[in-house]
Amino acid sequence: MPIYQAPVRDMRYLLHDFLEVGRYSNVPGFADVTPDLTDAIFEEAAKFSQEVCFPLNQSGDEEGCHWEKGKVTPPKGFKEAYDAFKAGGWNGLTCETEHGGQGLPNIVGLPFMEMMISSNISFATYPGLSRGAYEAIKRNASKELKDRYLPKMATGEWSGTMNLTEPHCGTDLGLIRTKAEPQPDGSYKITGTKIFISAGEHDMAENIVHLVLARVTGAPEGIRGISLFIVPKFMLKPDGSPGERNGVTCGSIEKKMGLKGSATCVMNYDSATGYLVGDLHKGMRAMFVMMNEARIGVGMQGVGLSELAYQNAANYAKERIQGRSLTGTKYPDKAADPIIVHPDVRKMLLTMRAFNEGARALAMWTALHADLADRHPDESVRRDAEDLLALMTPIIKAYLTDMGYESINWGVQCYGGHGYIKEHGMEQIIRDARITQLYEGTSGIQALDLVGRKLPQHMGRLLRQFFHPVDQFIHEHVDDAKLGPLVMQLAKSFARLQQATAWLAEQGLKDPMQAGSGASDYLKLFGLVAVGYMWLRMAKVSLAKLAEGDGDKAFHQNKLHLARFFMEKMLPDTSSLLSKIMAGAEPLMAMDDAAF
Amino acid sequence: MKVLVAVKRVVDANVKVRVKADKTGVELANIKMAMNPFCEIAVEEAVRLKEKGKATEIVAVSMGPQSCQETIRTALAMGADRGVHVKTDAELQPLAVAKMLKAIVEAEKPGLVILGKQAIDNDCNQTGQMLAGLLGWPQGTFASKIDIGDGKIDVTREIDGGLETVSLKAPALVTTDLRLNEPRYASLPNIMKAKKKPIEEKTPEALGVDVTPRLKTLKVEEPPKRKGGVKVASIQELVDKLKAEAGVIQ
Repeated sequence: MPIYQAPVRDMRYLLHDFLEVGRYSNVPGFADVTPDLTDAIFEEAAKFSQEVCFPLNQSGDEEGCHWEKGKVTPPKGFKEAYDAFKAGGWNGLTCETEHGGQGLPNIVGLPFMEMMISSNISFATYPGLSRGAYEAIKRNASKELKDRYLPKMATGEWSGTMNLTEPHCGTDLGLIRTKAEPQPDGSYKITGTKIFISAGEHDMAENIVHLVLARVTGAPEGIRGISLFIVPKFMLKPDGSPGERNGVTCGSIEKKMGLKGSATCVMNYDSATGYLVGDLHKGMRAMFVMMNEARIGVGMQGVGLSELAYQNAANYAKERIQGRSLTGTKYPDKAADPIIVHPDVRKMLLTMRAFNEGARALAMWTALHADLADRHPDESVRRDAEDLLALMTPIIKAYLTDMGYESINWGVQCYGGHGYIKEHGMEQIIRDARITQLYEGTSGIQALDLVGRKLPQHMGRLLRQFFHPVDQFIHEHVDDAKLGPLVMQLAKSFARLQQATAWLAEQGLKDPMQAGSGASDYLKLFGLVAVGYMWLRMAKVSLAKLAEGDGDKAFHQNKLHLARFFMEKMLPDTSSLLSKIMAGAEPLMAMDDAAF
Repeated sequence: MKVLVAVKRVVDANVKVRVKADKTGVELANIKMAMNPFCEIAVEEAVRLKEKGKATEIVAVSMGPQSCQETIRTALAMGADRGVHVKTDAELQPLAVAKMLKAIVEAEKPGLVILGKQAIDNDCNQTGQMLAGLLGWPQGTFASKIDIGDGKIDVTREIDGGLETVSLKAPALVTTDLRLNEPRYASLPNIMKAKKKPIEEKTPEALGVDVTPRLKTLKVEEPPKRKGGVKVASIQELVDKLKAEAGVIQ
């Protein structure tokens, strides 16, 4: 049986010691984010995820979702868990207080999201999608639509979905065919087919609010002719309660590799009534605001699942006895030594853990900037935060899911053959995690977003929000007796990142293939440096805590061990990445298409 | 009717407890702490009584260091209305706790006091009984069911032979057993509200109680490691071993 304990201690550390959120109490909504409140929230959230969601993780995977005549039933226990989730008010954690939520910032929402992901990513999909839909409506819709839909979505009584993909287009949404015909009453009739719609149909919520991208009759071709619509599963009666069924049905659900408790639906719209959200033909822009948040959420899925894999692998490595240590018996009272004594096993576990904690810090740091971009009273702070958020989003999405998957793979490796069988739950994590590298834009698409869009944006302005603080940190701490050796490691890799950036800018301008061929390696290089920077800053915090005699010595010592491991055993990969980037496009483009 | 609930902060039930190297007690530094599970049941029962309209106000009381306020907050998040914290870093033994609770009960004048039957840290199972004795109140210990009637409280108790129901004249004291109820998860809105509920701070001195321990801990040791068992070939061999080796039957 797999185990899971929410990493509440690390979350507390990141929020209060690492990000020092107390410094931002002037930002609206931050004054509440005190250690005693976040402790209370995280402790209860941990209980909920461990005791309610986690027990349904394996059974949900085993059973999957059911489709019958358009009705979709999630696995046994999901509805009860969803009811408990609603009753606990968890859906409203980061929703606005005017809609009945708690109005707490992302930095409180993200750790909760991680717990939901680790304990049961399939279950987490349902409220996760609602959250995205809520945000898109909140930021774009008219007051009337907001008033009608958001309070029920904040409580979780109604859930939400995002309908972008169609059978013939996913990444290139300019090809969308779903059409919207204007009606005399101002509404639209929506007709078309959407696929891969997570939580598109189920019986856990009273109503489902679909957000649908469609093309209004006569709209311009391509991406500039796409509009966004609300299409409710049940039309609303004058009193606002769900009434008649709207013309939207679930045609089937996908059979898939993992994430089996989450219903992936084909949605058929047949003259369904829809309401325009935001401006006509500006649907993509409305959707993209929400997509930053969704992509950070998916990045977090990489971390959450890797955390689950680590906890189990570490536990197994301490229990599984097999052979003896290379330097002689370490556990004489046992018939053999636990496999944790072996350097290769330790390397796998440390790789996982250094990634988990470093990536969690990076996600939290980015989430803080998302909050500042949203809430800070000073416009220049908001703009800087928005720049950093835009820059980091593709990195969080791709690096955290690619590395998350790799990390889970190490977790399976620790188990030997026992990782491959269902009993221990490890193979499920692999299957569940695989999708994270694909949806919300594949890793390759994220790399193109980073290199093709984010680097050149505003003449390279976005980069400054990362390069300047890193540069400054290196200069300020390179002579520090304790931190110095770690700083040197980061400085070397940072120089490689700068070199790669300059090379891509110069070569990419002449030949876009040069940029395209190095994009994914560049994103990984960037990810490594970003996580390295987080480890440096954590090392600094933990050194200070140890110096001031913090009681939790072991916790901070472990941070230092992990920081060192990351710098010496993971960060040096930047060297090979730089070589690969600079090898350019020629090795990729030389072979003829027909030869493949 | 006002209900007073006592809540104790203890090592979390999931933590593997380790004895300190100097054998003076168990390791508490940086260990996850939580509300004693029997106290959770007590709070839950009080909240249910309030939801049924049988209780009007719930006061949660805890005693010990500053961190006990977190445990009181947990009770407030479950539905208690306000807290009382007797702040002290001294070691508290059941008699001292009972005396301080007595002083608080006399001030608060609740119609019902609910305590856990015991705390999972030292398993004393004494405080409730001592408090009832000091107050001169009727007590229903090890409760698996509580019925509030007109001026009386029927308590179904779990006893060795089965169940026993006693009828207590209010005000009365009840200690909870495991099967009385299943405590709820605190909801997020209630966690947020709990932050604003009042906690009154008191001290043992202000309550006029001398908390000096009456018992002295000589040494704390881990139980001896379990030795490996053996398989027996027959029931006769088992009986022989129980007689001759274990000496548990004659």
